[in-house]
Amino acid sequence: MKKFTQASWDEPLIKELSRPGRVGNEVPSDPAVRSKFKDPAALVPESMRRASVNLPELSELQVLRHFNRLSQMNFSVELGMYPLGSCTMKYNPKVSEMIASSDSMKGAHPLQPPETVQGILSIFYDLERALSEVTGMHRFSLSTAAGAQGELAGVLMIRKYLRDHEGGARDEILVPDSAHGTNPASAAMAGFRVVKVPSEPDGQVRASKVKELASEKTAGMMFTVPNTLGLFEGEVKEVCDAVHGAGGLMYYDGANMNALLGRARPGDMGFDVVHLNLHKTFATPHGGGGPGAGPVGATRKLTDYLPVPVVTKGKGGYSLDYGLRRSIGPLKGFVGNSAVLLRAYVYIRLLGASGLKDVSSMAVLAANYLWKSLDPEAYPASHGKELLRKHEAVVSVKGELPGTAMTVAKAVLDLGMHAPTVYFPLIVHEALMIEPTESEPEEMLDEYAAALNDIYAKLKDGSLGVVPRNTSVGRVDEVKASHPLTLKVHW
Amino acid sequence: MLRKAGVATLDDLFSDIPDGVRLNRPLRIPEGGSEYQVRRDVQARLSQNKTPPGTLCFLGGGVWPHYVPAAVESITSRQEFYTSYTPYQAEVSQGMLQALFEYQSLMCDLLGMEACNSSLYDWASAAGEAVRMAGRVTGRSRVLLGANTGPQRRAVIQTYTEPMGMRLETVAFDRATGQVDQDDLKRKLSDDVACLYFENPNYFGVIEDEAADMASMARGAGALAVAGVDPISLSLIKEPGAYGIDIAVGEGQPLGIPLNYGGPHLGIFAVKDIKLARSMPGRLIGLTTPAADQQKKAFAMVLQAREQHIRREGAMSNVCTNQSLMAVAAASYLSLMGREGFRRLGETVIANSHFAAKRLSRIDGVVSPHFKGSYFKEFVVSYKNAKADAVFRRLAKKGVLAGSPTRMEVGSQSGLYCVTEVHTKEDIERLAGALEEAV
Repeated sequence: MKKFTQASWDEPLIKELSRPGRVGNEVPSDPAVRSKFKDPAALVPESMRRASVNLPELSELQVLRHFNRLSQMNFSVELGMYPLGSCTMKYNPKVSEMIASSDSMKGAHPLQPPETVQGILSIFYDLERALSEVTGMHRFSLSTAAGAQGELAGVLMIRKYLRDHEGGARDEILVPDSAHGTNPASAAMAGFRVVKVPSEPDGQVRASKVKELASEKTAGMMFTVPNTLGLFEGEVKEVCDAVHGAGGLMYYDGANMNALLGRARPGDMGFDVVHLNLHKTFATPHGGGGPGAGPVGATRKLTDYLPVPVVTKGKGGYSLDYGLRRSIGPLKGFVGNSAVLLRAYVYIRLLGASGLKDVSSMAVLAANYLWKSLDPEAYPASHGKELLRKHEAVVSVKGELPGTAMTVAKAVLDLGMHAPTVYFPLIVHEALMIEPTESEPEEMLDEYAAALNDIYAKLKDGSLGVVPRNTSVGRVDEVKASHPLTLKVHW
Repeated sequence: MLRKAGVATLDDLFSDIPDGVRLNRPLRIPEGGSEYQVRRDVQARLSQNKTPPGTLCFLGGGVWPHYVPAAVESITSRQEFYTSYTPYQAEVSQGMLQALFEYQSLMCDLLGMEACNSSLYDWASAAGEAVRMAGRVTGRSRVLLGANTGPQRRAVIQTYTEPMGMRLETVAFDRATGQVDQDDLKRKLSDDVACLYFENPNYFGVIEDEAADMASMARGAGALAVAGVDPISLSLIKEPGAYGIDIAVGEGQPLGIPLNYGGPHLGIFAVKDIKLARSMPGRLIGLTTPAADQQKKAFAMVLQAREQHIRREGAMSNVCTNQSLMAVAAASYLSLMGREGFRRLGETVIANSHFAAKRLSRIDGVVSPHFKGSYFKEFVVSYKNAKADAVFRRLAKKGVLAGSPTRMEVGSQSGLYCVTEVHTKEDIERLAGALEEAV
């Protein structure tokens, strides 16, 4: 195995580096104006005047060093393999960053009249068309800022559509037990009661079970395909039929769309509303936790319910339409996470139809190859070992001791690679969820599989020792971190 | 690789997709291009946008043109930050965790609050979450909203709270000062109000100098006091924690984040009472130690039981992906400006805006500022003989983006102007010249 040691700077808090009088950036100020005001602060009414703000005082170089050192204590996609299941940590093309840094993008104000922002609006328009084609939807709204916000928009659309057409009697949403936590949380935010759909021993949802649970109370179902176990839901069409049959609508969680580009479309499966995570499938960077973008798409019958604004093209050029007849309203103050949308557009332009299809082919190949390279004795498949995987594979760490999946994860960190997602989905015992994405070459997948196999062997013969030991800090005390007596949320 | 994966061809990898739903034709998307070709084409399109330096921008309304220091861009361009994700594995993510912890600390100082989360999407969605939280905490459903709240925030609060059965009511504003009408507030407050939400400075740019009275009236009725703020204004204006606010929200965009035609921006969300932290939406980073070394510091995500990945339908919010990178920008921005620089920034902004408002008042047919209340960087201008929409378009044609129509709040003949440190005397003269011709 390769040797790895992460930087460990023991960097103080920025406030501890402060010395009075230092300023890191000279504020622009026109003397021709400034000289006319002796004490500008006196323009604030006395009752609301603030004497001073306690901010740290440092030079520009000090600030740069501080944050650069912190950055060196942060593992990232460009440093090594990052197969965090369900997060699609793929490569983010550099050219997208260069384009997004144009002044003509950064300087555009969201309240500018449309005739002054035809460039970005034309990009939105083409992106919207491409996403509709990829998913088989009629139209998209690009306004939602992340996947969870797209989900909320989707269930609100279902709610409003049903209220318009048959009143508000339907107050339940079906959510499989394998779903991301955001699904039940979004449904609850939209005012629904969540009805859990148990998945079968093979990891999939059966239409017969959905039929049992669906009733005149059912507003719809949130369904992730492929699911969080990495499996394509074989009865997806029948599930859609079952919910439609009971009078409900189908919501497609596009978190795992990276497996299906050019292969299958939620619109053809029977879904009514869809969201996509552009920071996953369409290669915009994850930003250490965000920003992302979670556009939401709809079939023709639900188009009028999309969150505003939506982009349109007319005689006078492109514009933003805030006047959709039955819209659920806006969920974000201004337009959308436009610079993220721009990057996703660049990605689609770079790859085109066949490139996008190749992405999914290679992502699925990598997931199956890596999974089959694991020692099945050490890492038994969570479900259906005869089934193909899609974007990811979920395995258990064999053995009865609780916490072993976390130990394996920490041991992976010691090798200069990121751990898989652990303890998710909740229905899998000691779960490791591995999503290599299309970005990793064969030899990297081999190295990762060998590392996992080796870690298990060491775990079994007791030679693993304390892990992690090559990271910036040793195992972090997370219990203490959340204890009311030791909890410190600022300095 | 195919052999090990147990298939003969790539197509076989998708044999588990039933025939009825498999796509049997190519996607109708144009074929891909080279990096050079795509870059050239997309940049050519973007260059159709009219933006500074060729165009002058005096637009505000919730995001504002401010200078982004080069050092901030350098820090947020570190691939270690921007190509990582949520710091689930704390031991390899101390950098992002510490940066976010420092953001929380700096924001707590700036706002005078006790706990700040590590970001929400933007001001409007943070305001929506704040009102929802007030509903959860108080168990009440009426919401009072200053009628001088930005229309974007008002609409998003509506979308966020309607499913909870919350009812929004506006509190009138004083037609002369532009401030919240205290008498109307008094009349509307009662023991079924979950919260009072107002902005300071408000949508008209006017400072609410009776903010402390409003907060105390709201809290006296058992409601939470929620304020939305522009963080730059806190260089000279009292922090919400100093006038009795329970939840402070705001737009972090002016702290080193470009306008980007709508986003990504930064939703600020902070609470005064640490006990309220358990009802907060969003991620919180805490300071702890490594398990084996109690002398060393380490950072981790804390109070995760509030969040969707643990609590599912019982979570405080569904938020997962947030705006972490923007929080890093804000932390580095505030560190660069420092105590002194930040104050100088506030002084420049208020001087420039007052200079501009006065300059525009010399134009025939123009009332500037329209309201008598004190203002910081934005102000409303009204036109005696012209419609705001027409003036807005005419100014844009002259290469000046200014005067976004304020619409129903003050009639159809007024626009909002924003002047910051980026504007020079010459810029303001150019604005005045263009407005003179446009009205």
